[in-house]
Amino acid sequence: MNASDLLNAEMQTAAYIAASVLFILSLGGLKDQESAKRGVWFGIVGMAIAVLATIFGPGVAINATLLITIAIGAIIGVVVAQRVEMTGMPQLVAALHSFVGLAAVFIGLNSDLTTHDFATHAEEVIHEVEIFIGVFIGAITFTGSIIAYGKLAGRIGGKAMILPGRHVLNLMMVIASLVLLVMYMQGAGSWTLYAMTAIAFVIGAHLVMAIGGADMPVVVSMLNSYSGWAAAATGFLLGNDLLIVVGALVGSSGAILSYIMCKAMNRHFIAVILGGFGGPTGPAMDIEGEQIAIDADGVAAALEDADSVIIVPGYGMAVAQAQQSVSELTRRLRAKGKTVRFGIHPVAGRLPGHMNVLLAEARVPYDIVMEMDEINDDFPQTDVAIIIGSNDIVNPAAQEDPNSPIAGMPVLEVWKAKQVFVSKRGQGTGYSGIENPLFFKENTRMFYGDAKASLDSLLTKIS
Amino acid sequence: MKIGAPKESFAGENRVAMTPNSAVQLQKLGYECLIESGAGTGARFSDADYKAVGVEVVKTAAALWKAADIVAKVRQPDEAELKRLRKGQTLVSFFNPGGNDTGMEAAKAKGTNVIAMEMVPRISRAQKMDALSSMANIAGYRAVIEAGSNFGRFFTGQVTAAGKVPPAKVLIVGAGVAGLAAIGAATSLGAQVYAFDVRPEVAEQIESMGAEFVYLDFAEDAQDGAATGGYAAPSSPEFREAQLAKFRELAPEMDIVICTALIPGRDAPKLWLEDMVAMQKPGSVVIDLAAERGGNCDLTVMDEKIESKNGVTIVGYTDFPSRMAAQASELYSTNIRHMMSDLTPEKDGQVVHDMEDDVIRGATVAFEGAITFPPPPPKIRAIAAKKPTAPEKTPEEKAAEEAAAAKKAGQKQVGLLVIGGLLMLLIGMYAPASFMQHFIVFVLAVFIGFQVIWGVAHALHTPLMAVTNAISGIIILGALLQLGSGMGIVTILAGISVLIASINIVGGFMVTRRMLQMFQKS
Repeated sequence: MNASDLLNAEMQTAAYIAASVLFILSLGGLKDQESAKRGVWFGIVGMAIAVLATIFGPGVAINATLLITIAIGAIIGVVVAQRVEMTGMPQLVAALHSFVGLAAVFIGLNSDLTTHDFATHAEEVIHEVEIFIGVFIGAITFTGSIIAYGKLAGRIGGKAMILPGRHVLNLMMVIASLVLLVMYMQGAGSWTLYAMTAIAFVIGAHLVMAIGGADMPVVVSMLNSYSGWAAAATGFLLGNDLLIVVGALVGSSGAILSYIMCKAMNRHFIAVILGGFGGPTGPAMDIEGEQIAIDADGVAAALEDADSVIIVPGYGMAVAQAQQSVSELTRRLRAKGKTVRFGIHPVAGRLPGHMNVLLAEARVPYDIVMEMDEINDDFPQTDVAIIIGSNDIVNPAAQEDPNSPIAGMPVLEVWKAKQVFVSKRGQGTGYSGIENPLFFKENTRMFYGDAKASLDSLLTKIS
Repeated sequence: MKIGAPKESFAGENRVAMTPNSAVQLQKLGYECLIESGAGTGARFSDADYKAVGVEVVKTAAALWKAADIVAKVRQPDEAELKRLRKGQTLVSFFNPGGNDTGMEAAKAKGTNVIAMEMVPRISRAQKMDALSSMANIAGYRAVIEAGSNFGRFFTGQVTAAGKVPPAKVLIVGAGVAGLAAIGAATSLGAQVYAFDVRPEVAEQIESMGAEFVYLDFAEDAQDGAATGGYAAPSSPEFREAQLAKFRELAPEMDIVICTALIPGRDAPKLWLEDMVAMQKPGSVVIDLAAERGGNCDLTVMDEKIESKNGVTIVGYTDFPSRMAAQASELYSTNIRHMMSDLTPEKDGQVVHDMEDDVIRGATVAFEGAITFPPPPPKIRAIAAKKPTAPEKTPEEKAAEEAAAAKKAGQKQVGLLVIGGLLMLLIGMYAPASFMQHFIVFVLAVFIGFQVIWGVAHALHTPLMAVTNAISGIIILGALLQLGSGMGIVTILAGISVLIASINIVGGFMVTRRMLQMFQKS
């Protein structure tokens, strides 16, 4: 019995139960903005209880090194959390996923290194499978998140890297891992585990490399899910129920997010994960008309006349860091008594809910920021719709052209507004490479230029 | 295929069915365009203008009719033109199918396909080819201009050094497309405008154009324009009396009266009677847009301007659109071009005469040697009927559907449960008890996770990811437990794990808090 073992195993379990309940309350609190602020505290208290109960429980020695390690980690965490720009949230989330993955790999490898006694052969088999699964998921999460981080931070090109025969390659690697698992269970030694770890690292990197920029919300939610399953696998490995509960909560959370994102893009999860964008199934519809440009004066005049305005932001707004200008525009228009609202597509940006956070940072009140389903029916009664840096999520081809690669994807029906302004850098197509008939509609005017520069010039015309 | 527009043969008709602008669009549809020499002169389009956009100028009408597979015209064809019709040719023109038996017989005998522009159904999709509306719009505008040129006073009221001028009072009878255009033109000139219509649902449109709706206090079931495709229908004698009484009341004050009342397929109703004209002030003007169908005014003489005994000018011109030939040709040729674009789905210059299409079927009055007039009622109604008559499902049907759906869902769920149960059994056969206990915890936690996360607001998905990041730092527990194992490498790996997991925990919670603080209500 160690000096620091203030709690016995039963008391520790009681603490874990309390922590589990607090974590569930914390996630449940996110149902709205106000209860969420309270919910975070449940999470923090739950985590404190769990960590303290473990440290003061049986089997853990308190020493200076441990405390210093935790302190260093905490300081890094604080610095990162305070420094991060809201536009950089996707990168941060991906980086944090990679940490969970790496920790899961280490814990799995450690478990292989330490010796265990098993009552039955079955227990040993289960233990070995648990190690393998934990390390496998952890390793995929780790390298996958690293690549996702690189792509989101712009250090690796955002385009999908498609290797020839990539499906076969992935399949071969998974089969090889299974073979190594069988060999490991036959007592072939730790090298099989290390070899599998290396293979899983490659799988993770390769999977995410093949996925392009606009599919990133799905990838990040998927990695979120994996990091949860990795924690749950570690829980099985160590026989720790709290890890299992939390891992399962996080895993299912990520799975639901992935599902929502895929649904919002009308794509199958498998298709997204396997990478690449499906080609068109037939000739695309011809687009009639031309793109008509407009300058800031024209937009300002239309906004002066408008009573109701809906702004649809996309990743372009984040890239141009234009959220402050958008917020200022919103403030001025609202001061004139106009109704200004935001329409957010579930996959706008590179992270689920990314736009909401950016707008919140710029002090746009959250009660005028609407979900797609809430606002889609209101476009016909809207005078002006402003599109800032979004493309595919407002593409009418999804509804009008059954041959379009995005046919059937739910989109914001901005073209039903009386007038549509599109702030866009140039005439190019979006991520998916699909021509957007919206830009050619009679009631659409193109407001070319960098989103922030355009909005700032617009602000000078609106007092 | 070749599409050609001849010079209009009707005396005084200045419009032309193809303009240089519409020719460009038609060429984009894959057609070769022909024009008879001098066809556009009346509308100020010279042969050179046409040549400049690649239209072939044909010397004579005969040559054009011979060369063109599709002939576009404005006025219904005269006898000489009817003789030129040939099999397989398509004629797109006003045709007056109800009162043009010789034309219909000729088209039938020759096997020409005739698309009558006045028969285009009044549905939203066909608005772009609704030539009646586009011509009525011009007529309404021109009626006001014509009235102004015959009216010896201002429209707008003014207070000048030379005295006060009262605004002109204008009454518009019939608020169809022409009536509404007239209201718009008259109000923007500054007149005080009153408008009357038998269909009460147009009151809102009248008021939106800036006129005052002349309200008739009459207890009869109001006409529902939806039943007649948006047009007016004849009214009862009692209603008519009430209406005329109202007009008599208004007549002495009205400086300008513009009559646009028409009922499809009938003579124009007489609404502005002789005694009303007699009550009007000298110098007043009556413009009768219904002159072609006999006129709304008793005194109207078709195609002429007359003056009544008491000095009221009554204009019965029927060629208002032709008096604005350039504008009218531009709009009419655009209507034709839209019709062609519906007839040419592949944009390859080949006509596909799809008789299943509501719009094309409705407008076609003769097809492949048979008369196809009148058309069956369109599948889509012009204006949504007041009471939707969609067949309500009976409660039994609904209940049956729900039961079937519930049964299907139930079967699916049972199936999944059976498969899941078998899987559990399989695991249970081999796995030790301790594993199964953890497994129960795992499965329940997944279920709770799904239930809880479905309730999360979409707007909070990023904070959700951040907070799950933080709590997945719980993996620190595993690392803590391994720290004390004594083996060097294990301790180091566990130590790194503790470090990065604490970054996760602290960083995740901090950033979540920071984000949530930013969400503020307005």
